[in-house]
Amino acid sequence: MFKSMRVTALAAALMAATSLTAVAEVVYHRGNTADPETLDQHKTSTTYEAHILRDLYEGLVAYGADGKVIPGVATEWTISDDGTVYTFKLRDDAKWSNGDPVVAGDFVYSLRRIMTPDTGAKYANILYPIKNAEKVNKGELKPEEMGVKALDDHTLEISLEAPTPYFIEQLTHQTGLPVHPATVDAHGTDFVKPENIVTNGAFTLAEFVPNAHVKATKNPHFHDADNVNVDTIFFYPTEDRGAALRRFQAGELHTNNDAPTEQVAFMKENLGDQFRVAPYLGTYYYALNHEDEALSNPEVRQALSMAIDREFLADEIWGSTMVAGYSFVPPGIGNYGEPAFADYKDMPQIDREEKAIELLEKAGFSESNPLKLTINYNTSENHKNTAVAIADMWKPLGVEISMLNTDTKTHYAMLRDRQDFDVARAGWIGDYSDPQNFLFMVESDNTGFNYARYENPEYDALMDKAAGTIDLEKRAEILKQAEEMFMRDLPFIPLMYYGSMNLVSDKVSGFEDNLLNVHPTRFISISE
Amino acid sequence: MHRYVLGRLLSAIPTLFLIVTISFFLIRIAPGGPFDLERPLEAKVMENLNKIYHLDEPLWNQYLLYLKSIAQLDFGPSFYFRDFSINELFAQSLPISMQLGLSALCLALVVGGILGVSAALRQNRPADYTIMAAATLGVTIPNFVVAPILTLILGVWLGWLPVGGWNGGAFVNVILPVVTLALPQIAVVARLTRGSMIEALRSNHVRTARAYGLTGYMVVVVHALRGAILPVVSYLGPAAAALLTGSVVIETIFGIPGIGRYFVQGALNRDYTLVMGTVVVVACFVILFNLLVDLLYALLDPRVRYD
Repeated sequence: MFKSMRVTALAAALMAATSLTAVAEVVYHRGNTADPETLDQHKTSTTYEAHILRDLYEGLVAYGADGKVIPGVATEWTISDDGTVYTFKLRDDAKWSNGDPVVAGDFVYSLRRIMTPDTGAKYANILYPIKNAEKVNKGELKPEEMGVKALDDHTLEISLEAPTPYFIEQLTHQTGLPVHPATVDAHGTDFVKPENIVTNGAFTLAEFVPNAHVKATKNPHFHDADNVNVDTIFFYPTEDRGAALRRFQAGELHTNNDAPTEQVAFMKENLGDQFRVAPYLGTYYYALNHEDEALSNPEVRQALSMAIDREFLADEIWGSTMVAGYSFVPPGIGNYGEPAFADYKDMPQIDREEKAIELLEKAGFSESNPLKLTINYNTSENHKNTAVAIADMWKPLGVEISMLNTDTKTHYAMLRDRQDFDVARAGWIGDYSDPQNFLFMVESDNTGFNYARYENPEYDALMDKAAGTIDLEKRAEILKQAEEMFMRDLPFIPLMYYGSMNLVSDKVSGFEDNLLNVHPTRFISISE
Repeated sequence: MHRYVLGRLLSAIPTLFLIVTISFFLIRIAPGGPFDLERPLEAKVMENLNKIYHLDEPLWNQYLLYLKSIAQLDFGPSFYFRDFSINELFAQSLPISMQLGLSALCLALVVGGILGVSAALRQNRPADYTIMAAATLGVTIPNFVVAPILTLILGVWLGWLPVGGWNGGAFVNVILPVVTLALPQIAVVARLTRGSMIEALRSNHVRTARAYGLTGYMVVVVHALRGAILPVVSYLGPAAAALLTGSVVIETIFGIPGIGRYFVQGALNRDYTLVMGTVVVVACFVILFNLLVDLLYALLDPRVRYD
């Protein structure tokens, strides 16, 4: 039985090989965490949706293979002296997949669409720097009153509420991608169906079968189509990371954007350079409830932070796929220098523990009179291991930990509804490479993200001052002051910087590691 | 007979109604909603989303709306897969799950039946012990262990079969999922068949058949097996309903776009309509297969009549 099966397999392989040489179609099998919730760029929010949408559409600006911003539909742009008016020159050869030219009016239409409340765009707030955008999104103004104007077919003017040095970075987010107005008008929400969709990126949608694949084929009208090597991409939702690894090993996947953490040692040994870990723009942290009686004492918070052996967490629990984090803003971020590290970063762990014990004793807690805290986390093996390790590190300080884990939705609903908690796990991956995208989380009016309920007028004032500063160096200084304050007051205890894990076959080139973990398919080529 | 079937089908309606009602309110008790993300939504956007999906109306009103649409066999839009309606999702995934489940079921019935009969005929001999030991193993090793091991050996090391993917239901892609799905069923069917077969072989009518000098085949297959298969049939009713409505584990590990995963995805994403849809589909299958089992009984067992 086995023999005959082997013969059939061989025949099948032979047939596959001959058909490949005949057509010479380059097919890229790409593992991509999960299915998109939708392919309507204005309604999406996750990074795995971004990977697909970035291939289907091209915004005013785009990402290069190295994760740096490159011109997209806009070839150049000028910024007014006060930093509030951006004028984009659009390229002449930009076309939609049906042959229509991409014009400035398409971007006006798209930006108005995402802000229209009826669209139900989950991530519209990322584009709030645009003049009147927030008011439109809240239904206070008409979409026509937004600060977006087409001066002619190839000139687009965007006015902002205030100077926003990271505005160009923000436009790289999938919410800034254009839709084809005629198609949306004709088909409504069904414009995303493969039979209707019109895109302006290097690829266009061919199929979307939930839990199976998203198939995209090369767009012959794309202005740089000659330099695109891949003809067809299959995005597979690889929720089961172990299964994805096996598919990768069997050669069924060319790349996968995640890997099983529990098999890091195995992958390092057997996959060599095909297993890649790179710094990622994100921070894993514990939020501390500042309304809690014991935690409202800054020395208690410092002691808790000091006693955590972050190197142990990153290397032992996360298998070196994370990096010990001593600041909230991850290093390497744009428009910033070195982040404001905690001053005990280079202190030996034993000294830190002693100091922490001292601080907690001063606050009246010891092993005989323990500080009782609960750590809330969303269910996951590694979140649990992290919590257990931290509970163990806090034990000598006289901190008694109980743990509560719930599924992700419940966990974040708890944080959002401001229910009572002591310590809660959370993580933040930057939407764009700017420190503001991290530090804004604990502004006192940020009810959504300020899980700690941190309220410090000085901090808010610094953030406001930074928002009004056009000079990038001065702004970076102000933001660093804000982060120093953050590290002193500790609304969140930063624990680790995220790392990105990718499985990348030797056959793939153009897949460059970068801080934002973006890998546009148009720069990727595959050799057989 | 027709009357009986009709009666059973009619009595399914209140059962389904109860199931729909209970699960509709149960899923709403779960904290969080379909639009809760790590990044909270603007109040106005949330309001609009709630309006689009009628979540802003009172719960009983939503319930009536849902009953109305479900009566027209419209399961509503998916909250998570926002480009699809539940009907579209099911139209794509249910046939795949049914194809997989049916193949596994047939495989389990044939292989399990043969193994069980062989074991019964060689009761308390090495062949019997081997088969029963294998069956015990088959039941005890969960499929989330079997599947990775099979894919590792046959897919990664030997490269004979694909490790995952559906590929439009190509034969090679179906082998491993079907085998994994069938293994525990084979074990159960073998055990059940062996037990009842041993009993049947000792019964009066089989002894009579032997006395008439019928061939071994006639005695075993026609006379003994017909009675012996009854417990298997009653086991297979609910088992078939479960198999045909997909398996989360198998579908996730092999990357198959079946209906089984929607149950879990729906619950975790608070995709109310998706959860409700899967509940209704599973309930229908259970009701249907129980009815089928009862009808099969009448066919196999002369003592059972529904007139």
